[in-house]
Amino acid sequence: MKQVYFTGDNIISSLGFSSEKNFKRLLQGKTGIGKINDITLYPEPFIASMVDRNKIHTLLPDNSYSLLEKMLILSVEDALKNSSVDICSEKTIFILSTTKGNIDLLDKPTGTYNADKIYLWKLADTIVNHFGNRNKPRVISNACISGVLAINTAAMLLQNGIFDYAVVAGGDLISKFVLSGFMSFHSLSPNPCKPFDAHRDGLSLGEAAGTVILSVNQPEQKNNFIFAGGASANDANHISGPSRTGEGSYIAIKKALKEASINASEIEHISAHGTATPYNDDMESIALNRHHLSSVPVNSLKGFWGHTLGAAGIIETIALLHEMKKSTLIPTAGFSVPGTVEPLNIVAKPEEKEMNTCLKIASGFGGCNASLIIKKTAQ
Amino acid sequence: MSIIGNHISISKNRIFKNETLIFETDPKLSLKEFLKASWKNLNVKYPKFYKMDEISKLGMVAAEVLLMDEPHKAFSEEEIGVVLSNAHSTIVTDINHWDTVKNDDAFFPSPAVFVYTLPNIMIGEICIKHRLKGENAFLISREYDEAMILQHINLLMNQNKIKAAIGGWVDQWENDYLAEIFWVSST
Repeated sequence: MKQVYFTGDNIISSLGFSSEKNFKRLLQGKTGIGKINDITLYPEPFIASMVDRNKIHTLLPDNSYSLLEKMLILSVEDALKNSSVDICSEKTIFILSTTKGNIDLLDKPTGTYNADKIYLWKLADTIVNHFGNRNKPRVISNACISGVLAINTAAMLLQNGIFDYAVVAGGDLISKFVLSGFMSFHSLSPNPCKPFDAHRDGLSLGEAAGTVILSVNQPEQKNNFIFAGGASANDANHISGPSRTGEGSYIAIKKALKEASINASEIEHISAHGTATPYNDDMESIALNRHHLSSVPVNSLKGFWGHTLGAAGIIETIALLHEMKKSTLIPTAGFSVPGTVEPLNIVAKPEEKEMNTCLKIASGFGGCNASLIIKKTAQ
Repeated sequence: MSIIGNHISISKNRIFKNETLIFETDPKLSLKEFLKASWKNLNVKYPKFYKMDEISKLGMVAAEVLLMDEPHKAFSEEEIGVVLSNAHSTIVTDINHWDTVKNDDAFFPSPAVFVYTLPNIMIGEICIKHRLKGENAFLISREYDEAMILQHINLLMNQNKIKAAIGGWVDQWENDYLAEIFWVSST
């Protein structure tokens, strides 16, 4: 099995257009969630985290590309800058993580765009054609675990020598389609969400794009970050509610630990899914306690970016990487009073902490759960 | 390294198990009617089936036929994965949801429809029905790429994450549909 290194990344979100900019804002504890008044998206004002769309169109004015395509292209472009990976190489695979892709185009008159754009394979084709990569891209559309699953899939292809490099990008938009659906579920909070808090009352939605670049070549630097293990599992319980025993999440963590050949006690920090719905956060507290991880610092970044669906697993993994690089824990925006069914050690303010082994977890509709473990290695 | 077991194919209101036709209805019946007749014919007591969207029902019928001989009983719940794929994600259900929200004066979205606008919900339904707790993945590609799905499953098996899986293609678009699913195991 080959070693897989994280070698470059980018985040485009309400907090900025690079990983560094985002990380800085995360440490300041500033949320990107706010009140939005846009009747083309929802008849009434709503709470969400949105990117500066004007800036996207200014940076990439070519309107043959959709908004999401522009975000993904800009994200991949920036991530490539801080990596030596050649996206055009035949050894490079592009993997896209998205739940709904260009679904906002449904709101535009037919005939004003290429009808195929609504399909997720076409979205991936558009990105690889832009960059001139000739390998058939992989598209993962697996609800809210898509991002983590896309990274796990990329790592698996690299570990087994199928490809040497992977560009893994994820993105989803705030759209009338998605907003109205979550509204009908009554799962949105009237305020910026409060992950793991006793008074949490639902999630906030967000839009973002993110990219991580993986390579089998060890970057020339003092400390490196490797993909140590990952897995997914199904609760086999309910399609829109998490398991009361945290079953799938527990199994996904167990299998990732096994792949990484470590014990749960070696995990030093956990980046949770933490959507701030009462059930999700309780479920994660149960799954983590089943692994005796109640004293390990846990954060959720949903209070900054909202739930960014197909981008979430990617950008939250990038933030975790940067926490490890800078030896600093990001606080959980929106959290103040502990209130999960099982105890957790929620990060409430920025903290210095040397970290060598960290866990990212995610869960989603369809009873799906995913996990991945990152390890720091010294040269 | 892995063994491909039974293969189920559903199209034009006909269900084939390997090359044998096991059920058919009038090809003029709608997909909805065909799926209802298929489920009835399978004689499964599972009322939850009727609340699902059409593409999930299609996946459920295919999985029910595939697992009839219980190949999955030789493995534990965590050892069995589901890796499915299609080209159109959940476009038919997406349009159903969209029709309830596109006009502000006729705005009545339903959570029961919206939840099915994710292709992996079908995987979730199959996992619930058959108690499968292993790896999940829903992949989107322009055409049915059996080699890609098999590669994904084989790599998961190589890394000891699963020992068996349901793989294949379950797709539905404007006026047509196709399901091609198969069983794979390491032994």
